[in-house]
Amino acid sequence: MGMHAKRNLNSVIFHVGACLLGLLMIYPLVWLLASSFKSNATMFHNTYSLIPEEWDIATNFKSGFEGIGGVKFITFFINSTIVTIVGMVGCVGTSLLAAYAFSRLDFKFSNFWFGCVMMTMMIPAQVMVVPQYIILKKVGLIDTRAALVLPWFFGGAFFIFLMVQFFRGIPKELDEAAAIDGCNKFQILFKILVPIVRPSIITSSIFAFYWIWQDFFQPLIFMNSTRKFTIPLALNMYLDPNSYNNYGGLFAMSVISVLPIIIFFIIFQRYLVDGIAMDGIKG
Amino acid sequence: MKLYKDNKVAYVLLAPWLIGFFGMWLIPMFISIYYSFTDFNLLNTPSFIGLANYMRAFTQDKMFYQAMKVTFSYVLILVPLRLAFALFVAMLLNKKHKCLGLYRTLYYVPSIIGGSIAVSVVWKQIFGNKGVVMSILEVFGIHQKMSLVGNPKTALWVIVLMGVWQFGSSMLIFLSALKQIPGSLYESAKVDGANGWVTFSRITIPMLTPTIFFNLILQIINGFRVFTESYVITDGGPLDSTLSYVLYLYRRAFNYFDMGYSCALAWILVAVIAVFTVVLFKTQNNWVYYETGGDE
Repeated sequence: MGMHAKRNLNSVIFHVGACLLGLLMIYPLVWLLASSFKSNATMFHNTYSLIPEEWDIATNFKSGFEGIGGVKFITFFINSTIVTIVGMVGCVGTSLLAAYAFSRLDFKFSNFWFGCVMMTMMIPAQVMVVPQYIILKKVGLIDTRAALVLPWFFGGAFFIFLMVQFFRGIPKELDEAAAIDGCNKFQILFKILVPIVRPSIITSSIFAFYWIWQDFFQPLIFMNSTRKFTIPLALNMYLDPNSYNNYGGLFAMSVISVLPIIIFFIIFQRYLVDGIAMDGIKG
Repeated sequence: MKLYKDNKVAYVLLAPWLIGFFGMWLIPMFISIYYSFTDFNLLNTPSFIGLANYMRAFTQDKMFYQAMKVTFSYVLILVPLRLAFALFVAMLLNKKHKCLGLYRTLYYVPSIIGGSIAVSVVWKQIFGNKGVVMSILEVFGIHQKMSLVGNPKTALWVIVLMGVWQFGSSMLIFLSALKQIPGSLYESAKVDGANGWVTFSRITIPMLTPTIFFNLILQIINGFRVFTESYVITDGGPLDSTLSYVLYLYRRAFNYFDMGYSCALAWILVAVIAVFTVVLFKTQNNWVYYETGGDE
């Protein structure tokens, strides 16, 4: 047996192991999809199976979309979509402005404020939730969609950090040349720099999309009326056996809830994997 | 005197962040510190009760200790497991093989959807009654009375497993760090006749320590705020065996409206995280190797 055969054997072992791990990683998701196809009567026969004993796609998805508490699922979907898109644009936009200021402009206390940005990253948001709730209640924003969107409009520490890293990689001579040509700071940012840092803007947008779309803690605390619920809150209601006893519907809507994430992931994979490799705060 | 030539523009650009910092962080922070010294319950006018809330947590509240115990176990089991696994897989993927991109993607997918309720729903059904695990055991003729989620001894492990399953983002960070280790180091080790273990423990690990350190801090901070999993999968049960600290804080605040007390609980959590972070930073000199740093 030569070197060549040994290398081939190693390669086979690697691929078998890697595929097995891959299957294990992906199994829960495939299982969810398969379960959303199973009829409620056979749902818990050989639960592990990925092949439905009795197919019932139509009933599951139809009953899932019927909704809960007199509210159709599409309402939750629309709520989530509005909150996510508005929050995402607000968050990435304000973070971009702050990141530009921190990395390119010369101003008083800039290091101090940047330290504050980093500090907000270290303190868990849950600590702030009680006083935030009280403030939002005082200004009458509890149980409004604004309460879900507003916190994202002040820039996020993670995004500011990510974009500052990107800005620092661009030579300052570009700014200076543009300034000589008569551009003001805003024109420098939007005409010269934004096209260059586009990858970091895309990466930030995707992460913002994921976090807002999946956010559970804030909506749970800030919202009361079912018709204003986002998808995570709705699914949580579906889970309550006292008010909803339809696993087919629950699984079908769970599939719908992760679908946008998976689609986004497939389209923007490259940006994500590179983004996390660069800063990798969270995933 | 130093001139700050961009003061005006900079503060205009920073305005949204500054408003948020004051409105959503700084002011709430002070409010929260203040409430933690009061008996505020959302309806009354808060009156100052000194350290009573903090005393209550440490001397009278058994649930506080239970929540602490659960959260510490969770963090101390999950973080090393997840990082070790992430490093192991990253090392395997750092060789020349076909389809590496595909494997990397497969392993990363759970990390991006991990926070969603749908995944907690799946976990609950896989490890719950009549779930996947029980049905597989049935195939082998093993009939369990209690599911892994229903058993107080194993419930926390189910939640830990969900965290390990999401090792993908740590793996990506390790992978990019591994790629930055200069190949010349390995070549000279080979010339010196070093075996696999020596190379791993003397080159790979030391070169990775900054990344491990960075990961460790982030994962610990993240671990202490575990909420969704224990809220959705087990609701803190059975027998409070998965009652995470944030879940307990949430219940105190929004089921009992014990706002003053829950603010105190929040600050105790901040103190715990701060202690962990400071201790880790202090030990840094003993084990973290920075190429451009001192002589260590």
